Amino acid sequence: MNRIAFYLASGCSGCEMSFLDLSERLLDVMDGLEVVWAAPLLMDSKYHDLAELEDRYIDVAFIEGGIKLDEQEEIVRLLRKKSKVLVAFGVCATSGGIPGLSNFHSREEVFETVYRKSVTVDNPDGVYPQTTTLLNGKYELTLPTFYERVVPIDRIVEVDYYVGGCPPHYDHVAKVLEVLKKEPPEKGSWITSGRAVCDVCPRNPVPKGEKIKMMDSVKRVLEIPSDDSCLLEQGFLCFGPASQGDCRAACINVNMSCRGCGGPMPSAGDYGAKVIDFISSLIEKDGVVDEISRAYPSLARLIYAYTLPSALIPGRVRKYHVREVD
Amino acid sequence: MSDEFRPNIIGFACQWCAYQSADLAGTLKYEYPSTIKLIRVPCSGRVDSAFVLEALALGVDGVFVAGCPEAECHYRFGNRIAKIRTAMLRNILPEFGIESARLRFEHVSSSDAVKFVEFAKEFDKQIRKLGPTPLRGDKHE
Ligand code: SF4
Ligand code: SF4
Ligand code: SF4
Repeated sequence: MNRIAFYLASGCSGCEMSFLDLSERLLDVMDGLEVVWAAPLLMDSKYHDLAELEDRYIDVAFIEGGIKLDEQEEIVRLLRKKSKVLVAFGVCATSGGIPGLSNFHSREEVFETVYRKSVTVDNPDGVYPQTTTLLNGKYELTLPTFYERVVPIDRIVEVDYYVGGCPPHYDHVAKVLEVLKKEPPEKGSWITSGRAVCDVCPRNPVPKGEKIKMMDSVKRVLEIPSDDSCLLEQGFLCFGPASQGDCRAACINVNMSCRGCGGPMPSAGDYGAKVIDFISSLIEKDGVVDEISRAYPSLARLIYAYTLPSALIPGRVRKYHVREVD
Repeated sequence: MSDEFRPNIIGFACQWCAYQSADLAGTLKYEYPSTIKLIRVPCSGRVDSAFVLEALALGVDGVFVAGCPEAECHYRFGNRIAKIRTAMLRNILPEFGIESARLRFEHVSSSDAVKFVEFAKEFDKQIRKLGPTPLRGDKHE
């Protein structure tokens, strides 16, 4: 691996920032690597520069973010052609990430909120972005098309490796580069320690020889954990059991429940379904389920906060019309 | 082809109770709606949330999970897990635009063929009232 490339699709740039967070170690980590193409964040390479490269010229391309625009789809397809190895870098690229939550809303609702309803928007004429517009009667300007849904990279092109995290922890970034340089795993794998957040969590009762206790009440994150026992036991919805722990339980170490940004454990399948599976096995009384729905009226948005576009049901159905029969 | 809506219903039935009661119903020649396709499982607690979500994603109109009566699970508390799991799934379905009433958990004892048949008829009726799943024909692009 010598030639690498970066592309920011429907992400926030945080994942690429995680490279920079390596600070002085960046020089060692990047030793022998040349960034041959990067847009729009780390360098201002142009799309035509990419198109002009020989096929498979790039050794490893890192893609940050899922796909929401036709432009992103086009560049990701082009990068696939020009690269030997393509890495979905960060949970947006692997599973849709936070922008994927927009799949709970229609395109119209998203536009309505962003260009009209938000309190900071001043748009009395209701101007909406258009894909084409004529300027001065002669210049046709275009904008990319906004898709109905966010999709993870692997729904568009073949992905060689997956890296979770929102963003990936910088120590993990260093490891990922080392693995890619030295001994890349089987194609299609996640690059991870393979340990869940619980596995690296100081609150885990199991290594202390204890059993996890049932959840008999529900707490929101605003409340303070009473002691250093497992957060799930105390009633906080902690998603550690289903999440990759390459962050070394970063949130738990500051008394926050895990929200699963590390991505699903490679064996977990549908992440939200897994979360419901383990939470339901820790509840004895029906009343606790009601408490959860009172404390979290939009529970699906919480359990699928990072993975909705890769879920079995990847968003709200479009003909939205819930009938009340029961 | 008639226009009448014929639902497609999947029932996950525990081998120790619900599946046996359905079997018994057959032996006794009690009829239950043919819209229901039973899948035998070792315990209702074995039904992962993903099984239910996948069935719905594939366009099934209704799903039920049937386990042993309370405190009679052969594996101690599989039916309790299934009941809680179903309740949690019911709570999240409306966010996907899917009616909670399309999913149900039911306790059925192995000897109670009458109860199984009554439940099956009632669930079939409910799904007919709801109509086809909104996921049918919903392309996820
Ligand atoms: S994974 Fe997180 S940090 Fe990376 S692009 Fe997505 S939102 Fe940003
Ligand atoms: S559930 Fe959360 S608090 Fe409990 S052991 Fe796992 S990561 Fe730690
Ligand atoms: S504890 Fe969970 S949410 Fe926090 S950084 Fe780690 S994987 Fe992400």
